[in-house]
Amino acid sequence: MQTWSLISICVLLGVVVRWGVSLNSYSGAGKPPMFGDYEAQRHWQEVTYNLPIREWYFNSTNNDLAYWGLDYPPLTAYHSWLCAYIANIINPEWVKLHKSRGHESPEHKLFMRTTVLVVDLLLFIPAVVLYCLYLTDGSSKKKVSVLLCILLYPGIILIDYGHFQYNGVSLGLALWGILGLGLGWDALGSIAFSLALNYKQMELYHALPFFCYLLGKCFKAGLIGHGFFLLVRIAAAVVVTFALCWLPFLSDPAQALQVVRRIFPVARGLFEDKVANTWCSLNVLIKIRTLMSSDAQLYLSLVFTLLAVLPSSIRLLTRPTFWHFKLALVNSSLGFFLFSYQVHEKSILLAALPVCLLLDDLPFMSVWFLLASTFSMLPLLLKDGLLVPYAVTSTGFLLLSIYLLSALDHCTEDELQLTTYRKLFFFPFKSDLGCIVRWKFYISVAAMVGLSITSVTLDPPSHLPDLFPVLVSTTAYLLFLGTIIHFNILQFSGPPSKKSQKKSN
Amino acid sequence: MAADGWSWFPVLAAGVSLFKCLFISSYRSTDFEVHRNWLAITHNLPVSRWYHENSSEWTLDYPPLFAWFEFGLSHVARHFDGDMLLLHKQNYASPPTVLFQRLSVIVTDGVFILAARECCRCVQTQRASQKAVLSRPSFILAVLLLWNFGLFIVDHIHFQYNGFLFGFLLLSVAKHLQAQHLQGALLFAILLNLKHIYLYVAPAYGVYLLRSYCFTESSTDGGIRWRSFSLLRLLALGSVVMAVCGLSFGPFIVMGQLPQVLSRLFPFKRGLCHAYWAPNAWALYNALDKVLATLGVRLKLLKEAELPQASMTGGLVQEFQHSVLPSVSPSVTLVCTLLSILVETVHSCVFPRLKPALASIWRRPRGARGFLRCLLLCALGSYMFGWHVHEKAILIAILPLSILAVESREDAGIFLLLSTTGHYSLFPLLFTPTELPIKVCLMLMFSLFSFSALRKLHSADGSLLHPLEVVYLLGLGMVALFSEVLFPLSPWKQRLPFLPLLATSVYCSVGVSYSFLRLYATLLRSDSKPKQH
Repeated sequence: MQTWSLISICVLLGVVVRWGVSLNSYSGAGKPPMFGDYEAQRHWQEVTYNLPIREWYFNSTNNDLAYWGLDYPPLTAYHSWLCAYIANIINPEWVKLHKSRGHESPEHKLFMRTTVLVVDLLLFIPAVVLYCLYLTDGSSKKKVSVLLCILLYPGIILIDYGHFQYNGVSLGLALWGILGLGLGWDALGSIAFSLALNYKQMELYHALPFFCYLLGKCFKAGLIGHGFFLLVRIAAAVVVTFALCWLPFLSDPAQALQVVRRIFPVARGLFEDKVANTWCSLNVLIKIRTLMSSDAQLYLSLVFTLLAVLPSSIRLLTRPTFWHFKLALVNSSLGFFLFSYQVHEKSILLAALPVCLLLDDLPFMSVWFLLASTFSMLPLLLKDGLLVPYAVTSTGFLLLSIYLLSALDHCTEDELQLTTYRKLFFFPFKSDLGCIVRWKFYISVAAMVGLSITSVTLDPPSHLPDLFPVLVSTTAYLLFLGTIIHFNILQFSGPPSKKSQKKSN
Repeated sequence: MAADGWSWFPVLAAGVSLFKCLFISSYRSTDFEVHRNWLAITHNLPVSRWYHENSSEWTLDYPPLFAWFEFGLSHVARHFDGDMLLLHKQNYASPPTVLFQRLSVIVTDGVFILAARECCRCVQTQRASQKAVLSRPSFILAVLLLWNFGLFIVDHIHFQYNGFLFGFLLLSVAKHLQAQHLQGALLFAILLNLKHIYLYVAPAYGVYLLRSYCFTESSTDGGIRWRSFSLLRLLALGSVVMAVCGLSFGPFIVMGQLPQVLSRLFPFKRGLCHAYWAPNAWALYNALDKVLATLGVRLKLLKEAELPQASMTGGLVQEFQHSVLPSVSPSVTLVCTLLSILVETVHSCVFPRLKPALASIWRRPRGARGFLRCLLLCALGSYMFGWHVHEKAILIAILPLSILAVESREDAGIFLLLSTTGHYSLFPLLFTPTELPIKVCLMLMFSLFSFSALRKLHSADGSLLHPLEVVYLLGLGMVALFSEVLFPLSPWKQRLPFLPLLATSVYCSVGVSYSFLRLYATLLRSDSKPKQH
C-alpha cells in the first residue's frame, strides 16, 4: 500500500478516536456553581465577545475575575473571541453576557467539541504528520507506525476531547516550532514557538531548550559574522511576533502589567490538588506549605527548577544538534513539571509532547513514560467521568505501541544505554540490566493497572480520603523521576549509535 | 506459515474491540430498547408467554434460540442493573444498562473474531510467501472483516447483534471451505434458529450440501454420478438439522404455539419497502412510478386528484401505493426472489448437462468457492427482490464477498463496488449531527483501505474497476455532499424532507443492481472456463 493511503488511514483513525472520546462527559458537566474547564472556555468566549479588549483582563461588574477570569495570554483570548463570533452566528444564547453563564446543551457541546477538532486538524495533526515524514528515520512503514502512536497518545486526546482544553493549539504550535528548527527554518520555527508561548504561558517549559539550541547554533556559526546575522534575524522574528500578539495591550503599561499578573498567579501556592511532582509527593512526608513562607517556597522551587533544567540546557548550548534538542525539551519540561511552582497535573502533556517525538529513537522508555503520564492524570479523569475512554485508549496505546514499535524487543542494555548506570552505581555482579529494566516495566504497568482498578472499585478508608490520588501521584512521580534521570544521562552520553535494528516487517 | 506469522491477528482483534468500546455512549436507535425489552420478557415470563407478550410494541420476533440467548444474557444483566429487567420500564437506559448492552455486543463479537480467523486460514496461500504483513491476503481479509464499516455502525452505534450472528455464518462458510460439511451445516442450522433472515441464503446451503456432501463422487466431466448417493450422509445431515430445529421450535410445537411464533417471525403486514427504501429493485420501481406520475400530471395525462395520496412524505408511511405502475404484492416479490435465486441453483440441478454454462453449484470442480458465490447470489437476489427488505441486509452479501475479493481480481472489483454503495446506503441509519464525523471518517477509512489494499494485491492482474464504475463511485461522493451538507442548509429542507433519502436510495440501488448482475456474470463466465482450484 502506498504511504499516503496508510497516512490517511492513520489520520482518519486518529480523528475517529478523538471524536469517540468527545462523545463522553466533560469537566464540570452539570456541576454548578463553578462547573469546570469547559465552562471556563465558554465563559472566555462570552467575555471576549461582549467586552472591549481593554476590559478583558480587568475585574469589573461585567467581568468577574473570580469566576473563571481570563488567565491565559492574548492568543487564547483572540481564539475565544473567534469561537464566540461563530457561536453567536449559530446561537446567540451561547455567548450572551451574564445570561449564558453555565449554559449546557447537547448542541453547545457539539459546537465546543467541533472547535477543538478544527484546531487540531489545522495545527496539531499536520505537524505530527510532517514530523513523522521528514524528521524520523527508517522505512515508510516505521514512519507510519510512529505517526499512529503519536496520534493515539491518550493523554492529549483525553484532556482535549474529554476534560476539555485546547492543548492541540499550544502543543501544535510548539511542534511546528520544533519542526521548523528540525528542518533548518529557524526564524519560522521561532515564530511558531512564540505563538505557542502567546497561546499558553506553560509553553515556557519548552522555552529554554529553544533558546539554547538557537543560541548554540549561532555561536557555532561564529558570533562575529554569520552567527550574529542569524541571531538578529531570530530575535527580530520573536520580537515582532510578540509585539503583534500584544499590540492591543501595549498602548497602556497598566494593561500589559495586568495581563502579566493574570498569567502568572504567584498567590495560588506551591501546588494545588494532587499532582505527581516533587512538592506534592514530598508533602506526604513533610508539610512544606506549613513549614515555609510562601516567598521561601517560591525561591525553593526556583532553585530546584534551575538545578534540574540547567545541566541539559548548557549541554545543548555546547552541542546544538537536533537529537540533543529533543532530549533537552524532555528534560526541561519534565524538570519544570517536577520542581516548579504551581504546577497542574495536565502540564505533564508538555513533557509528553517531546517524549512522543522520541518514540522513534527510544521506543521502550518513551512508551513507558507516556503510559505513566496518562496514568498520572487518573484522578482528574475519574472526576470527569472518563473512566471508559481512559481505560480503552491507554490499553489500546500500550498494545499498539508495543506491537508496532516492537518496544519490548528494544530494551537490551546497549539500546537503552544502561552502561552508564553500571559505572554510576558500581553494579558488583554481572546482572543483565536490560532484563531488570524490563521487569521494572512489567511491575510498573501492573501497579498502574492495579491502582486504576482499586481507585475505581474501592472506597478509601474514611480517615484517608485522598489515599488513592496520593498513591497514584506518588507512583507516577517515581516513574517521572526515573525518566528525567535517564534522559539526562542520555543527554550527557554520546549521540545514539546509528540504528542497527532494521525492522523486518 | 511461520508460527509468528499470525502475531498481528490478536493485536488487530483486540484493537478493534477496544475501538468499539469508545462508542458506548454514542447514539443508539430504538433497537436498543427492543433488545432491552426482550431481556425483560425472557427473564420474567415463562417460555409459553414469550411469543404472546405484547405490552410493549417491540414484541419478540426472532426465532427461539435468540430468545434463549437473551435469556442467558439477562442473567448477566442482573449484576449490572436489575431494573433493566422489569417489563414495564419502557425506554429504560441507565448508564449501567447502556454499558451492559453495549458490552454484550462487543463480547459476543468474539464469535465473529473467531470466524474471521478461520476464514483467513482458508484464504489460498499461494501469495503467502510475501513478507510484508500489509500485503498478505489473510491480513487484508482480516481487516476487511473485522473493521467492516457497515457491521460496525449497525452493531456498535445503531445497536444490533449482527456481529455474533455473522460469526456463525462465516464460521459455517469456513467449515465448508475446509470440507467439514457436517459442522458447517450444524452452525448454519443454529444460525437459522437465531435469526431467520438467513433463510435468504438457505437455498445455497441446501443444494450445495445435497450435491457435495450427499453425493460422494462426481463423474470425470464434473457431472453428477447418481449411484454415489450416500443415504447415511443424508441421514446424518438431516438429523443434525432436525435436532437443532427441534431444540429450538420443539417446545413451542408441544405447546401448540407454532402458528403464533411463525406469525411473529414473518409479519407480512408490513409494506413493500421499509420506511427508508433499501436500495434494491423496488426502490428503482418506486422511483420510476413517482417519475411517471409526475410526468403524467405535467403532461396532463393524469389528474392529480385521482392519484393516491402522495405517500412518501416524511418517510414514515409503511404502505406505499403506486400511482401508475401496478402495485406489488408479497407473492410477486416471493416469485421474483425465488426466480433470481433458483435460476442458478435449481436450473443447474435439473439441466446440468444441457446447459453447462449455468451448471454452477452442481458442478464439483468449483467446490466450496462456487458455493460461496452461490450464497452471495442468494443473498443479493433476495435483497434485490425481497418483501420489506432492510438496508442492513446488504451485509449478508458484503461480508462473505470479502473472502472472494482477496482471491480474484474480478471479485475484488465487485466487492469494491458493492461494499462502497452498500455501505453508503447505510448512512441514513445515523442521522444525528454528532455521529456525522464518525460515519464519514470510518467510511473513508474502510474504503481507502479496501481500494488501496486490493489494488496492491491484484496489481499484477490489471485494474479493478472500469472507468465508468469509478465515475459512478465518485458520484456517490457528490450524493453524500448533497444530502449530508448542502441539503440541510438549503431551503428545500422543509418542503421535501425525504429528498436525500430518495436520492441515496435510488443512486445506491443502481450500484447494487449492477454489482448483482456483474456477480451473476462471473458465475456464468467461470463455468465456461473452469479455474483450477
